[in-house]
Amino acid sequence: MPDILLEATGVAKRYGAVAALRDASLSVRAGEVHALMGANGAGKSTLVQILTGAVHPDSGTITVRGEKYSASSPAEARKGGVVSVYQEPSVIPDLDIRSNLRLTKTPIEPFRHWLQELGIGDLDLSDIARDLPLATLRVIDLARALAIEPSVLMLDEMTAALPADLTERVLHVIGSQRGSDRCIIFISHRLIEIAAVCDRATVLREGATVGVVDIDAGSEERIVALMLGERAAKSEAQMAANAGSGPSLAATTTRLAARDLAVGGRLHDVSFELHAGEVLGVAALEGQGQDELFDILAGARRADSGELLVNGGPVTFRHPADAIKAGVVYVPADRAEALLMQRSIRENVALPSFAGFRSWGPIRMSAERTKVNAAIAQLQIDTRAASQVRQLSGGNQQKVTIARWVAGGVQTMLCFDPTRGIDIGTKQQIYELVRDLAAAGAAVLFYTSELKEIQLVCDRAIVMFAGRVVAEIPVEEADEPTLLRAAYDLPKDVLMPEEIAAVEVGGDLAPPGAPPIVPAEPPDPGPQVSA
Amino acid sequence: MSAALDARTIGGPDMASRLRHWAWRNSWTLALLGLFVVILLLTYLIQPTYGAAQLQGLAVGAMPLAMAAVAQAIVVISGGIDLSIGSMMAVTSVTAAVLMKDQSEAAAIPVVLGVLVLGLILGSINGTLVVVTRVPDIVVTLAMSFVWAGAALVVLPSPGGGSADWLTGMVKGPLGLDFLPRALVVLLVIVGVIWIPLRRSNAGLALYGIGSNRLAAFRGGVSVGRTKVFAYMLGGLFSAFGGLALTATTGIGTPVPGGYTLLGVAAIVLGGVSLAGGRGGLAGPIVAVFILALVRTDLTLLGVNSNLSTVVQGTILIGVVMFGSLLTMRQERT
Repeated sequence: MPDILLEATGVAKRYGAVAALRDASLSVRAGEVHALMGANGAGKSTLVQILTGAVHPDSGTITVRGEKYSASSPAEARKGGVVSVYQEPSVIPDLDIRSNLRLTKTPIEPFRHWLQELGIGDLDLSDIARDLPLATLRVIDLARALAIEPSVLMLDEMTAALPADLTERVLHVIGSQRGSDRCIIFISHRLIEIAAVCDRATVLREGATVGVVDIDAGSEERIVALMLGERAAKSEAQMAANAGSGPSLAATTTRLAARDLAVGGRLHDVSFELHAGEVLGVAALEGQGQDELFDILAGARRADSGELLVNGGPVTFRHPADAIKAGVVYVPADRAEALLMQRSIRENVALPSFAGFRSWGPIRMSAERTKVNAAIAQLQIDTRAASQVRQLSGGNQQKVTIARWVAGGVQTMLCFDPTRGIDIGTKQQIYELVRDLAAAGAAVLFYTSELKEIQLVCDRAIVMFAGRVVAEIPVEEADEPTLLRAAYDLPKDVLMPEEIAAVEVGGDLAPPGAPPIVPAEPPDPGPQVSA
Repeated sequence: MSAALDARTIGGPDMASRLRHWAWRNSWTLALLGLFVVILLLTYLIQPTYGAAQLQGLAVGAMPLAMAAVAQAIVVISGGIDLSIGSMMAVTSVTAAVLMKDQSEAAAIPVVLGVLVLGLILGSINGTLVVVTRVPDIVVTLAMSFVWAGAALVVLPSPGGGSADWLTGMVKGPLGLDFLPRALVVLLVIVGVIWIPLRRSNAGLALYGIGSNRLAAFRGGVSVGRTKVFAYMLGGLFSAFGGLALTATTGIGTPVPGGYTLLGVAAIVLGGVSLAGGRGGLAGPIVAVFILALVRTDLTLLGVNSNLSTVVQGTILIGVVMFGSLLTMRQERT
């Protein structure tokens, strides 16, 4: 049995009422590349931040080489030999690379050696960090971390922003660290990379460690199963409740069509059609281009190339006002982006109807009141705190942002994760509301970070990965495992939907109800409500 | 290791390309210097008798503001802002004037040193309050500006006190050459001796680091709080130099100096320091102070109504800064 280099047990951290980590444990051997896996919000980043001393855990013990370890800052963690490469670059943008190295007391020669290994040995150290491309900065972060010879190196989504050739070099270097006296903790959304370089994987779900998997052929399926837990089993019932509720596509008109939309390196050739009376789901892991796509559709950003058609005619949105005029309205996840927090519900709902510059003169209060009251009644908004929307609950705030568009008569609505941070009851109301809008003829594009919502609300779903639409899945098949596999762009999912269905019948994709695989703790008895 | 790498580590870039690199990095400061020379030539055109004596007067007049701008620049580079610089100058100016009045020349030496320490203390109080209370810099230093301003009036209710002759002599007159004002040399020596080694030290890098990207600096192992206090201490130190410059150039203590705080902010903006932090140096702001002072002189020479001349000054400030950001925008687009 090789030495355990890093061991964390029972680590917990709460932020107010939210438990980011409940009971996380992690045990990593020397010479190992260890994957840390989990869906969005499972607590990976919190665990990394605790290990690097940026966050202090509420409870739990951590040992490094058998000695108790507690770091109160990243500086202290470095002294203890624990170093992390974060999701975003950690170089000072206004200093040159040499000064950046000096500031972090990184020896130059080993740094150059690692740059060479990573394929950018021709970097000029007197370049200002701000002027370098993002991918180069990520590699610099990695070389800098390796240069100080850490015992424990953590890589949090290191490869997310890298082009393919650099990713290969990075993975090669990571792989070459196997069998050394240090260990690497590797976090990535890409299962293929995990399979390529990692020895074992620890899977987190809802803030707790649910299993440790040896990486070999077929371990991807076990990791996905562990990440999902018994939620996978529930999806069948939900599917039955919702399947076939959408209209037949042939009978409806196309409200919004995207043709080959592209933005820099973030979005490539995105095309889809959104029909009247339909709710089209968008599923994706974080940062796969969905933010850019919604920004373009809502008129907040312009595409580099591609075409946008509303009701069959091409449109160019220079400003959100153009999109609204064309009947395309946007409901963001963050209510603070959409609402005037210090103003009343009435003003917030009525805002778009008198936001136009050309509508000078007094507002016709009585007509406005009728419309607003109708919308408020339809959405069952709690009006006890009508004078300032900031006093409303998150769920009611989100209803206000929807109500403003309902009051104006909605044609096409873009919902970007509209139920984020909302209680379960209000979520249900928002689902119903979206369905009602679709039934009344509106077209709705619905991105959600909770994959199970797709089957609750949508008629079909598209899946995005690395800026592309990689799959289109009819709602009957869009259960969580299928969506998650597609969202991770597992090779199997390049198959067409009907083929996936065929495979599922064959039992290859670990269908719901299969015997549980190496759970680290007994499955919870009752149905679970995800945080 | 590859040949390319060896060539770089051993040979290094040649002198010419290094010079070009340096000029590119300091292009804004060099452009300001050019602007200053142009305005100086204009001054000669307006007033052919403008000579060494007037230049000395310009340097003497600009010195307190130059110190205020340096103090502000350091704090802003580290990502903060200090609205109490003018008031700290008042406190240090009157303290020095009161303690030096009717004292021997030798007794003034510990007074000057003590006042500099006082500046460090005032600055560290500002910095500690910002770090500990987590109230925004602008609020803390605005509040402290009232505190220091009141304290200055308590020490000396109306202009008075005195200055040691050697202190006054340090800023008056030329140094060696007729057209080389002593005040300018003293200013450059003080700033240079403190700033040049500091900028190359780790503490200096940390100042730019926390101003440029706090989180990255924190994750890189920089103590953000300590660096911030250090920045405000330097701000206090240069405010004390500014206070001493006020006393030295006027010969008395001034409890209510002019608008040095905001003029200092104007000077650093013109001098190429980003108010968002992390960008800029001290040479630019110093040149900017001299430009502002010379423009004011020219407007006086031209007989422009002094109320109108502030309008012109403001317009020049916004025009130059706008021109600068237009250039940057165009650069970033290509």
